[in-house]
Amino acid sequence: MYTTELDGGKDRKVATLATEDPELIATFEARVANDEFIEPKDWMPEAYRRTLTRQISQHAHSEIVGMLPEGNWLTRAPSLKRKAILLAKVQDEGGHGLYLYCAAETLGTSRDELIEALHTGKAKYSTIFNYPSLNWADIGAIGWLVDGAAIMNQVPLQRTSYGPYARAMVRVCKEESFHQRQGYDLLLELMKGTPAQQAMVQDAMNRWWWPSLMMFGPPDDNSPNSAQSIRWRIKRETNDELRQKFVDATVPQAELLGIAVPDPNLKWNEERGHYDFGEIDWEEFYAVVRGEGPTAKERMKARRAAWDDGAWVREAADAYEARQSTRRSAA
Amino acid sequence: MNKHLFDYCLALGDDSLILGQRLCEWSGHAPTIEVDLSLSNLALDLIGQATLFLGYAGEIEGKGRDADKLAFHRDAEQFRNCLVVEQPNGDFGQTMARQLIYSSYQLALLERLVESADTRIAEIAAKAVKEVRYHVELASDWVIRLGAGTEESHARMSEGMDFFWRYYDDLFATDESERALIAEGIAADKQLVREEASATIHATLDKAGIAFPELPWQIGGGRTGRHTEHLSLILAEMQVLPRAHPEASW
Amino acid sequence: MSKDWPLWEVFIRARGGLEHRHAGSVHAPDAEMALHHARDTYTRRMEGVSLWVVKSADVVASDPEQAGELFEPAVSKIYRHPTFYDLPDAVKHM
Repeated sequence: MYTTELDGGKDRKVATLATEDPELIATFEARVANDEFIEPKDWMPEAYRRTLTRQISQHAHSEIVGMLPEGNWLTRAPSLKRKAILLAKVQDEGGHGLYLYCAAETLGTSRDELIEALHTGKAKYSTIFNYPSLNWADIGAIGWLVDGAAIMNQVPLQRTSYGPYARAMVRVCKEESFHQRQGYDLLLELMKGTPAQQAMVQDAMNRWWWPSLMMFGPPDDNSPNSAQSIRWRIKRETNDELRQKFVDATVPQAELLGIAVPDPNLKWNEERGHYDFGEIDWEEFYAVVRGEGPTAKERMKARRAAWDDGAWVREAADAYEARQSTRRSAA
Repeated sequence: MNKHLFDYCLALGDDSLILGQRLCEWSGHAPTIEVDLSLSNLALDLIGQATLFLGYAGEIEGKGRDADKLAFHRDAEQFRNCLVVEQPNGDFGQTMARQLIYSSYQLALLERLVESADTRIAEIAAKAVKEVRYHVELASDWVIRLGAGTEESHARMSEGMDFFWRYYDDLFATDESERALIAEGIAADKQLVREEASATIHATLDKAGIAFPELPWQIGGGRTGRHTEHLSLILAEMQVLPRAHPEASW
Repeated sequence: MSKDWPLWEVFIRARGGLEHRHAGSVHAPDAEMALHHARDTYTRRMEGVSLWVVKSADVVASDPEQAGELFEPAVSKIYRHPTFYDLPDAVKHM
């Protein structure tokens, strides 16, 4: 999704379509244009394989890193019900990461390599998860805005060209609407509460609104890979189209909550039939993409630590199985 | 109010609550994502149990305290969880040691509580026993793999088990109040529970190549509100929001 | 860096009477763990009565290039398809 824009098109090592059999390419393009699914053992251009591996794995990384800002409030969830809901949601995200890693692996890269790419900074994850979760309302805002934005992107991907990715998306979408609903429900409850609780919600909105808009990636005129991705059905709509959709859907929801959208230039445009909204701070966006986001270091440190600290566990399980398997063959 | 029954249900609920809370701390930090999901499954089961047991306790008390009021507005001395569950996660070996010990105890207990003369306890136990059977399986499988894995994992797994033996008796401590409930067929005889739990743990440790030791000097008091240094820290984090906003609902 | 746990394909039968359907995959060091992980990953919404796990390496797949030889003969044997038979109205719903 949006994360493939983050590589700045510096993909020099990709085998160009020119070196591959034009007949194979033509058959492939025809199948994709015909809304058919490409499966793991089908022939595909190297560039398609690479782009997909990057897109799917970065989507997976996003789910895993995304567990952290929410997991941050798990031990402080203010009721047993909210604790259980948040546990389930964070767990879902881990599960989504799993589905996506498995889909990416069908393209020929191992889970270890994918994780190494994340930990060394070679692979990206969605910029949104570089922001801190500062109060309980942030958990609601993340569900409402961040999952809301993700849904907008994921629903069309259910018919993306690559079979395993599409099927993973179907599973993800089934589970995702619960995420957005629980977030909104959490905020509704706070808005019915004390002035302090209401202030939490407005504060969370003020901090998460613009980063959520940035989730859709750079503006269309700065997204060079878009056209090919759309032709290959890896991407169904442009960044700006999705961003506009998101604003149009979400502003009324904010009004229902009774909170302000932190954009003085937000205005309904009767002629266009859409909301006009203010200019995004692209400097901030690219800084976060470069790895300079507010919690970038903390997120990466946490993921590296989990992986490195867990090495002895994984090795133990392998050693145990190796011994068992020797015993089985000797029997 | 039946104080014996209230205290008993608090203990059941507090065990699940504190252990569930500890498992929440692993979220996003487990050795693999698959293990992360396993641990959160355990946590979800436990928080669910806590909600049911504490909810029932509140009804018995009859003072309008629901599960949340009990969970988020009591101080450490009023908690009746066993000392095992409030111990820190440590590394994955220590966490699995805690899980093996506690879940073996909990399974043996619940299998008896399914027959409790108190129908509510019996119902909650019937639901929980299926969950905890899986908890025991998962913990055992991991203890075995870590114990019989590599040299490093064996050392860590042994150390993990070692951490908890001083709190073993505390799991099975029975007071006057509970004896009265046992006589009524409501509570389970913890001596019998201990035999079964120990057998389960033994069997797993055998396959893991770890010895079930002579128990060291026992530290007790969990059921009477005398806890370790860990509980007040756990509660400080867990209760921070409701305590800061006592009139708020979430 | 430790090596990857092997990949397993997961099949779930959601209810008695249905067949097992492919749900996705998990990484696990061995068969028991694969079942645990499959349960924890794919049955979080009570979606399963029965779970199968198969090492991905053990799955034998047909070659998509040979789809023609493998599947076309079946397509042309149209008498296998119920629509081939034009039954009288009275028994049309067979």
